[in-house]
Amino acid sequence: MIRKPQATGEKGYIALADGTVFTGYCFGALRGESDAVCGEAVFNTSMYGYQEILTDPSYAGQIMSFTYPHIGNVGCNEEDVEANRIYTEGVVVRAATKTPSNFRSTVSLPEYLHKNGVMGVEGIDTRALVMHLRDNGSQMAVMAGGDGVSVSALIDQARALGSMEGRDYVQHVSCKESYSWNKLPWSLQSGNKRELSQEKLMTRPHVVAIDCGVKSNILRLLVQVGFRVTVVPARTSSADISALRPDGVFLSNGPGDPATLGYVVDPVRDLLGKVPMFGICLGHQILSQALGAKTYKLKFGHRGGNHPVRDEKTGKVEITVQNHGFAVSKEGLRSESMVSHINLNDHTVEGIEAPDARAFSVQYHPEASPGPHDSQYLFQRFYDVVIGNAGRV
Amino acid sequence: MPKREDIKSILLIGSGPIVIGQACEFDYSGTQAVKALKKEGYRVILVNSNPATIMTDPEFADRTYIEPITADYVEEIIKKERPDAVLPTMGGQTALNTALELAERGVFERYGCELIGANVESIKTAEDRELFRSAMEEIGLESARSMIVTSIDQGEMAAEKLGYPLILRPSRTLGGTGGGIVESHDELHRKVSIALAASPNHEVLIEESLLGWKEIELEVMRDKNDNVVIVCGIENIDPMGVHTGDSITVAPIQTLTDKEYQLLRDASLKVIRRIGVDTGGSNVQFALNPQDGRIIVIEMNPRVSRSSALASKATGFPIAKIAARLAVGYTLDEIQNDITKETPACFEPSIDYVVVKIPRFNFEKFPLADATLGTQMKSVGEVLSFGRTFSEAFQKALGSMELGSEGFDAEKLVASLGTQEILDACRVPSARRIWFVGEALRRGASVHDVFQVTKIDPWFLQHFEEIIKSEELLRGQALADIDEVFLRELKSMGFADKRLAVLLNVSEREVRERRWALGVRPSFKSVDTCAAEFEAFTPYLYSTYDGSSEAYPTDRKKIVILGAGPNRIGQGIEFDYCCVHASMALQDDDYETIMINCNPETVSTDYDTSDRLYFEPLRVETVLEIIERERPDGVIVQFGGQTPLRISQELSSLGVPIIGTSVESIDIAEDRERFSDLISRLGLRQPPFSTARSSDEAVAVGKKLGFPLMIRPSFVLGGRAMRIVYSVEEIVSYMEEGIEVSHDRPVLLDRFLEGAIEVDVDVVSDGTDVVIAGVMEHIEPAGIHSGDSSCCLPPQSLSTETINTLRLQAVQLSRELEVVGLMNIQFAVTSAGDVYILEVNPRASRTVPFVSKATGIPWAKVASRVMAGKSLQAMGVSEVVPEGYVAVKASVFPFSKFPGVDTVLGPEMKSTGEVMGVHASFAGAFAKSQLASNQDLPVSGRVFLSVREQDKAQLPAIARQLISLGYELVATRGTAKCLQDNGIEAQVVNKVREGSPHIVDFLGARKIDLVINTPEGWQTVMDSKSIRLVANELKIPTYTTIAAAQALGEALELVRSGDHISVKSVQEYVMELNDICADGVGSVVSCELNLN
Ligand SMILES: Nc1ncnc2c1ncn2[C@@H]1O[C@H](COP(=O)(O)OP(=O)(O)O)[C@@H](O)[C@H]1O
Ligand SMILES: Nc1ncnc2c1ncn2[C@@H]1O[C@H](COP(=O)(O)OP(=O)(O)O)[C@@H](O)[C@H]1O
Ligand SMILES: [Mg+2]
Ligand SMILES: [Mg+2]
Repeated sequence: MIRKPQATGEKGYIALADGTVFTGYCFGALRGESDAVCGEAVFNTSMYGYQEILTDPSYAGQIMSFTYPHIGNVGCNEEDVEANRIYTEGVVVRAATKTPSNFRSTVSLPEYLHKNGVMGVEGIDTRALVMHLRDNGSQMAVMAGGDGVSVSALIDQARALGSMEGRDYVQHVSCKESYSWNKLPWSLQSGNKRELSQEKLMTRPHVVAIDCGVKSNILRLLVQVGFRVTVVPARTSSADISALRPDGVFLSNGPGDPATLGYVVDPVRDLLGKVPMFGICLGHQILSQALGAKTYKLKFGHRGGNHPVRDEKTGKVEITVQNHGFAVSKEGLRSESMVSHINLNDHTVEGIEAPDARAFSVQYHPEASPGPHDSQYLFQRFYDVVIGNAGRV
Repeated sequence: MPKREDIKSILLIGSGPIVIGQACEFDYSGTQAVKALKKEGYRVILVNSNPATIMTDPEFADRTYIEPITADYVEEIIKKERPDAVLPTMGGQTALNTALELAERGVFERYGCELIGANVESIKTAEDRELFRSAMEEIGLESARSMIVTSIDQGEMAAEKLGYPLILRPSRTLGGTGGGIVESHDELHRKVSIALAASPNHEVLIEESLLGWKEIELEVMRDKNDNVVIVCGIENIDPMGVHTGDSITVAPIQTLTDKEYQLLRDASLKVIRRIGVDTGGSNVQFALNPQDGRIIVIEMNPRVSRSSALASKATGFPIAKIAARLAVGYTLDEIQNDITKETPACFEPSIDYVVVKIPRFNFEKFPLADATLGTQMKSVGEVLSFGRTFSEAFQKALGSMELGSEGFDAEKLVASLGTQEILDACRVPSARRIWFVGEALRRGASVHDVFQVTKIDPWFLQHFEEIIKSEELLRGQALADIDEVFLRELKSMGFADKRLAVLLNVSEREVRERRWALGVRPSFKSVDTCAAEFEAFTPYLYSTYDGSSEAYPTDRKKIVILGAGPNRIGQGIEFDYCCVHASMALQDDDYETIMINCNPETVSTDYDTSDRLYFEPLRVETVLEIIERERPDGVIVQFGGQTPLRISQELSSLGVPIIGTSVESIDIAEDRERFSDLISRLGLRQPPFSTARSSDEAVAVGKKLGFPLMIRPSFVLGGRAMRIVYSVEEIVSYMEEGIEVSHDRPVLLDRFLEGAIEVDVDVVSDGTDVVIAGVMEHIEPAGIHSGDSSCCLPPQSLSTETINTLRLQAVQLSRELEVVGLMNIQFAVTSAGDVYILEVNPRASRTVPFVSKATGIPWAKVASRVMAGKSLQAMGVSEVVPEGYVAVKASVFPFSKFPGVDTVLGPEMKSTGEVMGVHASFAGAFAKSQLASNQDLPVSGRVFLSVREQDKAQLPAIARQLISLGYELVATRGTAKCLQDNGIEAQVVNKVREGSPHIVDFLGARKIDLVINTPEGWQTVMDSKSIRLVANELKIPTYTTIAAAQALGEALELVRSGDHISVKSVQEYVMELNDICADGVGSVVSCELNLN
């Protein structure tokens, strides 16, 4: 049963695997116990950009709690999307705005969720939920609403979900066919409409982007810095990639446990040294694995738009956008490679470089969307590496 | 990279007196900076003329100069102290302007010191409107279309080009002084000339209007490695056209998508880089067209500001403290986040609550001021409030204002108005607009209707509408029918118990009891910079009705200090100073201190000040909840001015352990009848007084008491609507002016002691011993509010005998009232030498910081220890009378912000701040106090004299002195005659009603450099008003009492000799004083006065 909650307010629950239950009211789509929402409960500390977050395929399999209490103030529109639909499984907020106010808004958040069949619960002490996840670690959770929901049944369901570890969500979100991309980033004047013609693109260096759940702003920025872009499914062999005669290979962001992605890591290992590579987030974890490193699960992940990352070469700090539950451990990284960036909050690895292979990657999101643009220069660096005039990889 | 080792000493420039647009936020910033730099091991030298600041406490800087912040004095300090560097970004516009002037004079090169935190080039680019514009153009950012003008003619041209309405923005002024909106050609000339006069470089930018656009500010920080972070985005609820300082604002930004927000963020980064602020904080203001998102840069301030203080309090990110460390070479990633301990300061705070700031105005003090809000700041204070929802934060903020409002409760006030009239009132930005907005919605106006007239974003209006709807739903219901769920919902929308009580027609107590019975209690959550992502180690808390609580009270011995709420005229920074001192002293004595306050500008609401900070309104409901949870050993109510006293009775009756002077004694002092009994019991004297409930009764009473009389309504505080009347006719006309009189609200009549010397005496007592903290002789006579008059310590004209009488009476009063802590008494000493008691305040008074600075003894600390049970004897405290120097306090007035307001002083307080001048001579101290309060002291030129009959005796002496100093005299006929009779030449000038060319023409033509005008009686006040108005608009120094003019004469003599520019630090004064006392020859007075 998936339906609209009644205006008078219907109870909604989020039950965590450790037995903790938060009760609020449903908004968006109401899902009953039999269609309960399942996913990993996580939180994001960005104060802006909920629509981009909801439509980011990396959030597949996750129930998102926003720390900022009022979510939905600016509604939703056709432009602020990172993919064609909402990927977040469920949404938890303190207060959902029913009547948005912004000149670009076309639909309210509750409506938008409802259209996408996504359940929301509001009226939750999200700060308490965040502190619980922070102290006890992120864990699986189940959300349902309406009359007759058995809370203990929800807890049982959540327990039965196991863990995010060992789960491959990429297979669900990657494209099925390859395609070429020609759109430029959003601007206030033209929105998302700017794109380049085929002839303009023909003369440009070619990048093949392996789609593990790519955010569209990454593709837009690749075009902006001067690439012709072809997107291929995650499960593409190195031979098929080489056949596209790429000047560079891009490894995208995406959901789930990176350790399950041998079918992406292997072709990348094959291509290492043959073609420059740039990876973002999951793409960084894939490149790191190809370079011999391992990944591990963080207690509660990094999700937000305010993480300080230091470039170890320049000493400069970027305010970065982050969204990852797993991280790279530098043990095993082959010796020609090095850690290029670290997170100043917890000193985890945020970037690696393999100068010999002309490959580099970052754990954070230089494409932002949402979040600060401090790191967008990395796209230019990739371009410089590809055309061979880079000072560094 | 670590801090710079090549500099060893740093001079920090403060911001001087509290004025509109530059308030105690700069004490907060400066105190943080001083502490941070000291901790880094630098020798810190500070200059600030404002004695009521924490930063000027002798224990903070190595050398503290309470001297005027002018280029002359600061140069002298540089010459003496030879600092390696000067930090000018902590003291507002005053410090920046002074630094620029010093740079122009070549002072930095001459003494080999460098500016840190900002360079001359970047200050100029940011401050000069035209340079700023072209800089913005260079980096591809849009500014409003505009023209720079330096004359009225050019103003005409600009108007033709840009079209009305026009925005006037004078260069290099603070808080938009002299600026405004020109609606039509009629106003052009007058407003442009005011604007030109206000600008130190006679330059005004005339701009196209962006009225009604969204106004947004970003607080930016940058370090020398070019790391840049945004600390906070602030959205103004009042759109463009209302100065941000006067706007209700909210953080974070509510109505922008990430894409739009990032455009602003990118622009801010470009701006700070282009302007070239290498290290430190800046504030960038934008206008954003709500229809299409178009962005225009309004301005950037290359320094910490009011908004940065707000942003620091709103996020927990201490901008000033960090800016100070960046200035000495640290980078953001090297600085730790105080609150989380593990993470660095190089990040952007994420907040998981809403903060709302509401400004506080004092228009009732200036009935003739234009109360419309515009591009020039007019508010005198502000409150900040936290909530988990906007409605909660907003309603709590309204309840923090101490205006007797607990929400949208103006329904009775607007009962007689039609809906259209209410909507019309919404159209004009004013201090009261927000309540009109609420009432318009209550009358059924739609969000759209209200948006049309106010341009307030519909998102906010919807919340207001929801609040109103809930109120109407509630009305008429029975309290017993309100269930837990509904009550919790109401409370989480921010409804105060008091407001619910009104809507349900029950008492606040009944609401509270029901709420407690249902278990609906607030939780306390922390302000932690990171939305709970990391653990917070600083108990910086706010209340909300949302789930779990993070206040974890300790079992330590603890004391709660109730703060002073928003600054307003009559209750300013002095009270915060006392609260902070209480906290410092008690912490030293091993108490845990807990501060409750809602004023974001203050040091008391720095999470570094007390062990625990509750950022909350000072009302019974909230205080009680905190007390219930914390269970303190004592609660201090005597340091926060009237704010805590107002609720002390109720708190005490509810079992709150108030320490210090008893609530009963407070009542005796405040209740006229009870107090008068006490006075007669002690055989002391008080001006005869009576009350009247009608005009006839007032006349009868007036005749009985004798003239002159001071008359005032009984229900207003702070001296509002007081007047001095000299005849029956004046009583009648006062009564006819619509003063509200009723049986419960009589008018009060006091015999007015004409020409008496007013004396403030502060004492501290432990219940056994009484020590006189200070005896301050006022320079202006009684009749000028004690908060407005200048005063000196030690007294200059009182005889030892009189001073001893005052001491004795003070001790008597203190004993009788069983004072434990501080008490202030205002005496009037008549020319016959009789001593009268005007008022007793059984609490810390405005004068405490001045007395403390002047005597070198921290009296508020002494008093707080006394309240916690220590004896004066044990502390070894005794009276100290300064020797070898004189300290003068002068008041600073907001008249320049209110063209059209009379500058004459009276029994109603009008000043916003104070300065202190210290010198070996009285004249020198007075001169310094005048210079410090931004009063120019012209060393030559023409003085205009027009004095009242009583003052004519003193006139010749003053006139002779002026002539001997080379000034020319101009006088009105009567005054000139008096001068001629004494053989003194003066040019006669017409009064205004005698026809042109008259004095106002002279002033307008800038033929007068100084005005001495003492008006007499209500009628002549009105007659001579235009003189003072014009003098005010043209910034011509004006003195309105003969006593001040006399002091001025002595001061001018010294100024002409140049001897006034000598500087000495507080530490030096105190050291010398201690030496004198140690030798036993000084004036240490035993605390045991013989009472027989
Ligand atoms: N062109 C304009 N149109 C309408 N309002 C304006 C315009 N420029 C400034 N304002 C208003 O005037 C206020 C003060 O201007 P600002 O440049 O910030 O001066 P200040 O130095 O006093 O802060 C702003 O907060 C804004 O509300
Ligand atoms: N009877 C009086 N004669 C002369 N001046 C008076 C008299 N009463 C009050 N004043 C003047 O009015 C000022 C304000 O009166 P006060 O009672 O102290 O009010 P507030 O509560 O505002 O301090 C005093 O500082 C004093 O200068
Ligand atoms: Mg401004
Ligand atoms: Mg008084």
